[in-house]
Amino acid sequence: MILLAFIVILMTGGVVAWIASAWSPAYSRWISLVALVVNFILILIIWNQVEAQGSTWIIQWSTPWIPSFGIDFSMALDGLSLLMLVLTFFLGILSVLISWNEIQYRVGFFHFNLLWVLAGITGVFLTMDLFLFYFFWEVMLIPMYFLIGIWGHENRSYASYKFFIFTQASGLLMLLAILGLYFVHGGQTGVYTFDYFQLLGTTMSQDVARWLMLGFVAAFIVKLPVVPFHSWLPDAHSQAPTAGSLILAGLLLKTGAYGLIRFVVPLFPSAAAELAPWAMLLGVIGILYGGVLAFAQTDLKRLVAYTSVSHMGFVILGIFAFNELAMQGVVMQMITHGISTGALFILAGAVYERIHTREITSMGGFWTKAPFMGTVALVFTLASLGLPGLGNFVAEFLTLLGSWQANQVLTVLATIGLVVATAYSLRIMQKVFLGNEVSDKIIEDLSFREKFILIPMVALIIVLGLFPQPVFNTVKKFVDIQFTKRSAYSEGDQPDIPVNRIQTKKGGHLE
Amino acid sequence: MNNISAEMVLNLLPGILLVTASLIAITSIAFKRNHKLIYTVTALSLLGVFYYLMIYATNKSFVIEPLFIVDGFGTFVTGIIVLGTLAIVMISYAYFEQREERKEEYYILLLLATLGAAMLVISKHFVSLFLGLELLSVALYSMIAYLRKRARSDEAGIKYLILAAFSSAFMLFGMALVYTVTGTMDFTDIAAYMSSATELPLLMLAGFGMMIVGIGFKLGVVPFHMWAPDVYEGAPAPVTAFIATISKGGMVVLLVRFFTQVNGYKYPALVMAFTLISIASMFTGNFLALRQNNVKRLLAYSSIAHLGYLLVAFLAGGALGVEAISFYLVAYFVTSLGAFGIIAILSDEDRDAERMDDYKGLFWRRPLIAAAFTAMLLSLAGIPLTVGFVGKFYLIAAGVNMQQWLLVVALALNSVIGLYYYIKIIAVMFDRPVGTEEQALHPRLYWGNLATVFILSLLLIWFGVYPQGLIGLIREFLR
Repeated sequence: MILLAFIVILMTGGVVAWIASAWSPAYSRWISLVALVVNFILILIIWNQVEAQGSTWIIQWSTPWIPSFGIDFSMALDGLSLLMLVLTFFLGILSVLISWNEIQYRVGFFHFNLLWVLAGITGVFLTMDLFLFYFFWEVMLIPMYFLIGIWGHENRSYASYKFFIFTQASGLLMLLAILGLYFVHGGQTGVYTFDYFQLLGTTMSQDVARWLMLGFVAAFIVKLPVVPFHSWLPDAHSQAPTAGSLILAGLLLKTGAYGLIRFVVPLFPSAAAELAPWAMLLGVIGILYGGVLAFAQTDLKRLVAYTSVSHMGFVILGIFAFNELAMQGVVMQMITHGISTGALFILAGAVYERIHTREITSMGGFWTKAPFMGTVALVFTLASLGLPGLGNFVAEFLTLLGSWQANQVLTVLATIGLVVATAYSLRIMQKVFLGNEVSDKIIEDLSFREKFILIPMVALIIVLGLFPQPVFNTVKKFVDIQFTKRSAYSEGDQPDIPVNRIQTKKGGHLE
Repeated sequence: MNNISAEMVLNLLPGILLVTASLIAITSIAFKRNHKLIYTVTALSLLGVFYYLMIYATNKSFVIEPLFIVDGFGTFVTGIIVLGTLAIVMISYAYFEQREERKEEYYILLLLATLGAAMLVISKHFVSLFLGLELLSVALYSMIAYLRKRARSDEAGIKYLILAAFSSAFMLFGMALVYTVTGTMDFTDIAAYMSSATELPLLMLAGFGMMIVGIGFKLGVVPFHMWAPDVYEGAPAPVTAFIATISKGGMVVLLVRFFTQVNGYKYPALVMAFTLISIASMFTGNFLALRQNNVKRLLAYSSIAHLGYLLVAFLAGGALGVEAISFYLVAYFVTSLGAFGIIAILSDEDRDAERMDDYKGLFWRRPLIAAAFTAMLLSLAGIPLTVGFVGKFYLIAAGVNMQQWLLVVALALNSVIGLYYYIKIIAVMFDRPVGTEEQALHPRLYWGNLATVFILSLLLIWFGVYPQGLIGLIREFLR
């Protein structure tokens, strides 16, 4: 039930915030903040209890939704989704705070969309029913479209269209694949269901598996994004308001990675193995291409957006390396990238609020005017280039260690990406905060609210860099089950994921 | 001719009630012209018909030789036709009240057209088919041209008259050819002849081809779609809603009934023809809709595409196919009626709210209406939480089930194209308003049509979030 509560709190919070804005915009800000804080505390409480118990699935809850199609409202939480939810609510709180002054236009509707995007993302991370998954996948889209389209920058309408159409088109391919899987499974077993656990064991010919997998992969690599399907990303990220960029980079991209880990690899193990070299190659291309393009940008937000393309290349590289090290690196990367890139977008937003441009050429020498901002920016640019001691280093290092076992040539190439990252990250520092003062505008240093947002992020990225173990402990069981069962999958055996247990315990329970 | 039994009367009662209602309407005009009275009479009689269907309707198949077959599918669609007409009546009152025309006859025509659609739905014989079709078309000629003072309304009426008459002629010729070969006009006998024949005689194929022209015209599918944009644009908004929903819904049922009865699926030529029609409708409808700046024309092209989608389930066939068609009809009815209802609400005496500019910044001026319209458009686009999504899901499921990959992929592709122009309207509504106020429309709001649109929006979300109830009902009827 508590899993449903996460979503219900966000959705009702959104509606209430919208209505409350009729009285005062401040109400909607507070309501959204409270809703997210409640969720954040709830998930922390759950996380705190996890260590004690032993099963992979921490909480499961399921109730029939559309029984005539075998669709259940089925949700489950394991280590991976737990971490993702912590990230979701954390960044959610930050996105409300960062919009506190930035958004003055239609505040109620803004917070409605913000909370509904987060509700959709929460649903994606929790659901264990493929129909429901597609449902939430789409629920994320519309509010995000509005966030970009209404509160975005000058070219917002183009960016929001592009975002919407890219993701929708690829999403429909996934819907086809989901339905294909549904009928393949139903035809074999006579049980027509969208239940993830039952579909896991579906045996199918290599050809069918390949096509169905491609449907899923299409949706996820567009979202991730993998070059050459990334072209929506720089537009959407740079045109979105700060909170929108934060959610896009921090969370929406992660849903793509999550989908690959949760669905593509377990559902189509042999087809995924076939795809692996190509996917890793695309990952490496993404790392290098994203890095080079990031270096060439003059728009600060666009620059940060291209670094996302580069960082997400590591994610796909790690996922298709198929080993525990790489997978742990990927999970780590999802979290640290959410924080570090999110922080960079917040900083870009802060700069934009002060000088009303995103052009790097009209920036320079901000350090002397705003030393605190400069320091924070330094931390995150260093994180982004993978400096040891900060979270991103752990993530990228593990990913590369893992992928070395899978493909050495590609790993070497990917490592070059770190050099490129150094170049573009230092360029941010150099052009924006160091150098000559380009304008004589007064740049105020970070306000109390902005410090309140950024200091926890700094602390977090350092903690993750120095003590990453809690994260690995949390995903350990998930990662283990992926790889201990991996060999068994490919021989066509039933996976050891507890199919019957779920069916007997319908109706909500907490293990 | 066999005797009239009580059961026969009971089964035909919806039709009989509709005839009676139109007679009452005519009589009341003879005594006193009163818009409110005739509106109430019409609405009440439609409610009565629906109430009757709700209480007595079963999924039992009852044949009234030689013309009708009253079965679950037919009854279900009759039900939604009646409810759809009721929604149109609710919208019409405010719409026609604002215009200085003679309003009362409109309701008679509306009832007769509904009767025609309800007859199509249960006919199993060429005669009843043609009677129903003509009843529907003839009433529509005058309904489309009802606002006599508007040049485009007249133009649309005449256009529809000529083309509909033309297509009826094709249909008749087709029927005649089929009759020449088989010597019967009854669907079951034609089916019997066809199953005994080893291959389809050329004359018969030609006959079917001509019938496809007639049917395709009514459905407004490519390449028989030319009339749709002009007529949609010219007709009064409630009539447009009627053409888009009721008249197409009736024809769809007839098509399904005839095609499954004669087992058209085993003739590659026929299947190929419909496959081509379906794909062409999707692409043509969507691509042309992209270029529209007139909301009514845009919805016309979108409805062409939607009928193309519907044909995917039709071509998939089987139990799931018919189920999908029934569900999609409900989804399409709710959504289209809502969309045209909103257009009707926003229209004023001078013209209908059809320009893109009329919607600019609507969200900030009339947030609730704009929210409802957004919901309708998202449903047309097939976005989750709306009934349109479940409908599209159903269609794709039916297609995937029968491995109609070509059609299904075309459907998915087209959904994306479609998305673009629906989003375009939504984006316009959410735009910050700029003040060119002289052009703005000044509609008067009536609670009747506001309530109708509100209920339709609720249904749209309810069926989208919890479709099980509707699916259960459809399965109950189709069993």
